[in-house]
Amino acid sequence: MKKLGSQTVKFENPPSIIGTATIVGPKEGQGRFKDYYDLILKDSIYQEKSWEKAETKILKEAVEMAIKNSKIPTSKVEYFIAGDLLNQIISAGFAARELGLPFLGIYGACSTIAQGAILGSMIIDGGFAENLVAAVSSHFCTAERQFRFPLELGNQRKPTSQWTVTGAGAMVLSSNIQNPRITHATVGKVIDMGEADPNDMGTAMAPAAVDTIIRHFQDTGKTPDDYDLILTGDLGSIGKDIAEDLLKQKGYDISSKYSDCGVLIFYPEQDVHAGASGCACAAVVTCGYVYKEMLKGKYNKVLLVATGALLSTTSSQQGETIPCIAHAISIENL
Amino acid sequence: MDFVMAFVVGGLICLIGQILMDTTKLFPAHILVLFVTLGAVLSGLGLYQPLVDIGKAGATIPITGFGHNLVTGVIQDVDQYGLLGVFTGALRSAAGGITAAIVFGFLMALLFNPKSK
Amino acid sequence: MPIITKEQQEYKNFAKSKRPKPPLLKNMIMAFIVGGIICTIGQFVLSFFISRGLTPGQAGGPTSIVMIFIGAFLTGIGVYDKIGKYAGAGSVVPITGFANSIVSPAMEFKREGFVFGVASKMFIVAGPVLVYGITSATLIGLIYYLLKLL
Repeated sequence: MKKLGSQTVKFENPPSIIGTATIVGPKEGQGRFKDYYDLILKDSIYQEKSWEKAETKILKEAVEMAIKNSKIPTSKVEYFIAGDLLNQIISAGFAARELGLPFLGIYGACSTIAQGAILGSMIIDGGFAENLVAAVSSHFCTAERQFRFPLELGNQRKPTSQWTVTGAGAMVLSSNIQNPRITHATVGKVIDMGEADPNDMGTAMAPAAVDTIIRHFQDTGKTPDDYDLILTGDLGSIGKDIAEDLLKQKGYDISSKYSDCGVLIFYPEQDVHAGASGCACAAVVTCGYVYKEMLKGKYNKVLLVATGALLSTTSSQQGETIPCIAHAISIENL
Repeated sequence: MDFVMAFVVGGLICLIGQILMDTTKLFPAHILVLFVTLGAVLSGLGLYQPLVDIGKAGATIPITGFGHNLVTGVIQDVDQYGLLGVFTGALRSAAGGITAAIVFGFLMALLFNPKSK
Repeated sequence: MPIITKEQQEYKNFAKSKRPKPPLLKNMIMAFIVGGIICTIGQFVLSFFISRGLTPGQAGGPTSIVMIFIGAFLTGIGVYDKIGKYAGAGSVVPITGFANSIVSPAMEFKREGFVFGVASKMFIVAGPVLVYGITSATLIGLIYYLLKLL
């Protein structure tokens, strides 16, 4: 049996991450991980006619770069698993139109990169493919106009609000044996603690992250000591604080090795309030910083817990609370 | 003196808006709707005109002044045309502002694009 | 509205203690100053029209038009949202903010076309303002009419 406990999978032949690529916007390029991105755009419209076209283009180029970095010919890539934040995941669908790869479109809001990695790993460990690529994108300007307000509207952002990352991250997964590898995956349940404020996603998502982390430890029998780094997706400073406290209350002290991609991407002086968010948030940190530092051996055991808020403007306007999800993957050098 | 009073009255109206925005979950759009309605109601009760007398532009430039303007027009037209005035007054008196907003809005949209952030 | 369980209520209270408050005093001061400045500019325009021979009642209309133009233009060149970031309600509440709420979506949705983009999205914020402003004014006018009949 490859299944551990109720929600976790232990891969028999852990799939390898054989190549990654990240593309980010100019603001992200001034942030903490500026040396880890493959391409930093000078302008987030990227010579396109609309923000949506720009997002499609960065997703497509990130996938092409990742395949190139993996040294596998494109003809050997069997699936393209991708998602984004836009209605009907148009960035992913339109990138797939350009790429011409068999496409599985997925949606997990900002947790999508972990969802893609889990499904991809299952496909590979299940023997249904040898190589595939999982990718996501998000774009500040496309997300703002879909979820919030026109860019030029003179409104004040709340201190709890987060800044959608402009960027794309792609990883090529393979049955070829090389480090780092995806060893475990914990698929999260949708948790809704009754938060309804779309300007405060961190608070809404933290309980989902906590639920998945505890489930992961219980299912695998691992403890926080089994990891060098535990990274949540985009809880931001408020959500991270809450998650840490909730875990401590439940008897798991992870504070010494815990961080959050949303907290890390931008420097505090970049004025993003509670931090970063968006599909690309967890993706560019994982495919950029984490992957490259794992290759160098700075980290050997990383738990990525990507978080997503499964709301829409319609559900928000109808007064619904925010259902949230978190998926965990263990990435290890074996 | 008019300038000082305009500054103070206009500033205070905006300050009330800020308190509402920061202490409730209201969005700027809610504030605008609330204030225009509030301006209209205060005007109907005869309470807004005194504020205009004190604050001048400080009371007419905020969106509450727009509500006041609509009501002033309605009341004038009711006096002049009776029941028909109920339907013509508001837009007649606000015609300049609304037309300017639509035409300049359209023009600016033709000329400019949103900047990347 | 969904029903809130006891567990959710407990979390709500816990999260509330973690949530940073907006810097209310600073925001209030900024809103007061910027709102005040915009109204002072309005007063300059109003005084100008009065000095050209209009009555204060007549000068209100052209003043609004000029202020709406200023708000629309500053939005077009990408300045108004930067003011709004610091001023909050100070730049939302004046009529220039109303102009901003019309121009910003009109520009933003240009790529969706001139009918379903620019023209229809123009009123996402301004539409409700007009609906409630005109409806309440009309109701007040009706009440005034009925009172006059008595």
